[in-house]
Amino acid sequence: MDRRTVLKWGAAVGAAMMCMTSGAQAQDTIKIGEMNSYKIFAAFLEPYKKGWELAVEEINASGGVLGKKLEIVSRDDNGNPGDAVRVAEELLSREKVAFLIGTFPSHVGLAVSSFAKEKKILFIAAEPLTDKIVWDQGNKYTFRLRASTYMQTAMLVPDAVKLKKKRWAIVYPNYEYGQAATAAFKKLMKEQQPDIEFVVEQAPPLGKIEAGAVVDAIAAAKPDAIFSSLFGPDLAKFVREGNTRDLFKGVEVFNLLAGEPEYLDPLKDETPEGWYVTGYPWDQIDTPEHKKFREAYMKKFNDYPRLGSIVGYSTVLSAAEAIKKAGSLDTEKLVAAMSGLQHMTPMGMITYRPQDHQSTMGAYVGKTTLKNGRGTMKDWYYADGAKFLPSDADIAKMRPAD
Amino acid sequence: MSLSNIVIQFLNGLAGASSLFLVAAGLSIIFGVSRIVNFAHGSLYMLGIYIAYSLIEFFGRSSILGFWGGVLLAALIVGLIGVVIEMVILRRIYRAPELFQLLATFALVLVIKDVALYIWGAEDLLGPRAPGLRGAVQVFGRRLPEYDLLLIVIGPVVLGLLWLLMSRTRWGTLVRAATQDREMVGALGVNQTFLFTSVFFLGAFLAGLGGALQVPREPAQLMLDLTVISDAFVVVVVGGMGSIGGAFLAALLIAQAKAFCIGIGDVVVFGTTLSFTKFTLVVEFVIMAIVLVVRPWGLLGKPQAAQRGSTMVEPPLHPLGKTFWSVVLGLVILLAVAPLGGDDYLLVLLVDIAIFTLFAGTLHFLMGPAGMVSFGHAAYFGLGCYGAALVFLKLKLPMELAIFAGPLAAGLGALIFGWFCVRLSGVYLAMLTLAFAQIAWSVVFQWDEFTGGSNGLIGLWPSDWLKDRTVLYFVILAFCVGGMAFIWRVVHAPFGYVLRAGRDSPLRADAIGIDVRRFQWFGFAIAGALAGLSGALFAFSKGSISPETLAVSRSVDGLVMVLLGGVQTLTGPVAGAAVFTWLQDEIARNTEYWRAILGITILVIVLAFPQGIAGFVKQMMTRKGLLKEVAA
Repeated sequence: MDRRTVLKWGAAVGAAMMCMTSGAQAQDTIKIGEMNSYKIFAAFLEPYKKGWELAVEEINASGGVLGKKLEIVSRDDNGNPGDAVRVAEELLSREKVAFLIGTFPSHVGLAVSSFAKEKKILFIAAEPLTDKIVWDQGNKYTFRLRASTYMQTAMLVPDAVKLKKKRWAIVYPNYEYGQAATAAFKKLMKEQQPDIEFVVEQAPPLGKIEAGAVVDAIAAAKPDAIFSSLFGPDLAKFVREGNTRDLFKGVEVFNLLAGEPEYLDPLKDETPEGWYVTGYPWDQIDTPEHKKFREAYMKKFNDYPRLGSIVGYSTVLSAAEAIKKAGSLDTEKLVAAMSGLQHMTPMGMITYRPQDHQSTMGAYVGKTTLKNGRGTMKDWYYADGAKFLPSDADIAKMRPAD
Repeated sequence: MSLSNIVIQFLNGLAGASSLFLVAAGLSIIFGVSRIVNFAHGSLYMLGIYIAYSLIEFFGRSSILGFWGGVLLAALIVGLIGVVIEMVILRRIYRAPELFQLLATFALVLVIKDVALYIWGAEDLLGPRAPGLRGAVQVFGRRLPEYDLLLIVIGPVVLGLLWLLMSRTRWGTLVRAATQDREMVGALGVNQTFLFTSVFFLGAFLAGLGGALQVPREPAQLMLDLTVISDAFVVVVVGGMGSIGGAFLAALLIAQAKAFCIGIGDVVVFGTTLSFTKFTLVVEFVIMAIVLVVRPWGLLGKPQAAQRGSTMVEPPLHPLGKTFWSVVLGLVILLAVAPLGGDDYLLVLLVDIAIFTLFAGTLHFLMGPAGMVSFGHAAYFGLGCYGAALVFLKLKLPMELAIFAGPLAAGLGALIFGWFCVRLSGVYLAMLTLAFAQIAWSVVFQWDEFTGGSNGLIGLWPSDWLKDRTVLYFVILAFCVGGMAFIWRVVHAPFGYVLRAGRDSPLRADAIGIDVRRFQWFGFAIAGALAGLSGALFAFSKGSISPETLAVSRSVDGLVMVLLGGVQTLTGPVAGAAVFTWLQDEIARNTEYWRAILGITILVIVLAFPQGIAGFVKQMMTRKGLLKEVAA
């Protein structure tokens, strides 16, 4: 074979492949672009992916949306804004997706929300907790599913106020989420308990806590209670050192997110008793909508759902409901449909609030406990997100006009 | 701080120092002998903790023998993995240009991460407390874990054992000799192959041991590799590369500094609160910067011995001939007609490639012609991003003007940092650039009101006339091609000749009256400013930026592009940036375990083209007579 023949064949194969890919873009599917930092936050996002896969399966089994099959085109955004925006461009221009969903870390969520505003497409942020994505830096095209840092902090405040503890220690991972949680907690507590004292504040770098030293520094301040927003490996190290060094004896501890299976399960027999947490007691929630979800999930994946599973599942439900309500894939109609959209999730009914595009999805608030060698939650209740948001006037002040 | 607090934080510091020392010692030994900057050392540590976790679970959580057997066995297994890595991969590329091995170890990081994810899953795995050492002892009314006391002892014991091994055995003598003068050891008939393999075994064993010993203190998880590697590098460099005692001293210094920053907490000075706990984010890099400025070879290090003939010597550059410019012209024409293809995404990807080419091009200018390796080049990329973004958002200047604030800010940063950096050479220079980059990163990361903190800045969209993708593409392309042409011109200007003279023979350059440092300083600033330009273009092409633009990973990406393309070829960064960006995009889209596949692809390239992609093409062209023979 001479060079020319090779070139000819190459061109033919290339053309054939082009035909195949364009052929695959059949007209009977609706494509939605999904992006997330699958490799960087694998512990949360593997269950998340399973969650949305289940939702797609169920939606298509019951006839899809607008008579068409729903298809999720998923991409890894590599956990940074630059790659995320590139992936978003690819989803829009090559895959011709109707709109975007997903993202985990706050800075990526914000970058995609800015992209959505610029390109005038709908973006449903699944997981980013930052308050800014719906408030200070909110925009017309962005909606957010999960209960934000502020909301989850506010959910812990009633219990914290009831205890009437005066001396508080604070520990948080040193980045926006930890800073925002700390600021919200201090503000809300001071409003209800003016004599409160914050005796020590520790801000270890994310993922690099020197747990022994931090525990001793907190112990030295002799607090009555601790407010922590640690999670993941930082939380595990803090709990182990704190247990070994008796930090938690006679001290009440509040820890945002620590009841989520993603962060609670690794603690196993080290699970502390009686910490106030937000989380997800998946094995104890017996509402019909959750039971149905749990059974379907366990049947399909032979594994139990984590919080990520619910987030993934509900995000796709929101997307499908928005399309149904809009009756079209036109962005303006979709955005109008999202505003005030109400639908059922495994956690119950949620509404995307028109005033700030935040969904009212709540969280489960309760105490940690050790049962059969593993951590779980007790005395928990579902805190409806709608009840833990600032007043409409405050939000109007923060949120830029569309 | 009360006395009891001081004592207890001092003990915490000691325990932390032991952990740090174990990882760093292995890295230091490997570097000393093989001159390999082993980027995968953190990955070996991570494997150590994962394997030990599995073995301890297998032997039973509460058996003392099972625990310690598991720890030692895990370290041994990791040692053997190190041997395999050395024999299968590194051995084949010892003669490649300096630092090329870093590319191979970077690929290993990617592969090992995905392998660990595949085997152990995504969930964090917290091991049991050490059997027999579950409790704590009372110290000044505080409780210190028994296991921490053991760690405090283990560090110095390992130091002692290593000292015995190095000073009392024949093998140790050979290692020390090879650290000092590798070629001479070879010339004396010592079996270098065995020596290198055994050194790699010891280094990997120590990394594995360091990881395994952490099982009772922290969960095994997939981020450990990168967290640990930066700490280990800092310790090794502060201590002096190749010096085990220095590594111990440095580990002690850094761990104590961290413990005391945490112990001191918030301090009110003149009415403002200084948070020392937040300072732990960057304290090790500040220490490294200070140490390197004061002692250019670390605390107990010695000046690096020159390497003779072990690597490919860079041939002198020849003036850019017609072939070069016609290739460039052809490429530009190809790029100019790309929009006709009608694929919008292709333009997006080409914009990314163009920007990274310019970024890699400036790094290549530093590493190649100027002879200064930078591990922190992202600092200037990021300063460019933030300079342009802040002028655009805060001063409300139009984007067309704001773009020029990028190179200005980055050039200024490079002038300041560069003044210190050019006083050093080799890996120490590289590490000082890293230290400055990390300090810049931590400022951007923490300065919420000004830089947007960890969330970064959003809403940096170009002016209306640039909204069209094709127009934006041409503008960015023009900047990048212009930037690259400028660099190529500079390399062949008298200024470039001077830089190359300074690189090839600083002594002779000095002797003929060239102020080498001053030229290097300006070279550094030029590279920084142009990297800042690429950053500014990046900001407006993405619409948002975050501190990641100055983070280590961005610097490493730049290094990978330059090495992949070939350090000794001017067109190297073009090939490297294009191939790396395209590969990552393509592989990430089509496969689940994309990091492993990307890593394996890079490994294949590394083994097939030890002179880089562009270097390989050049060699082929020379062989076919298309290019004139370069090295006479």
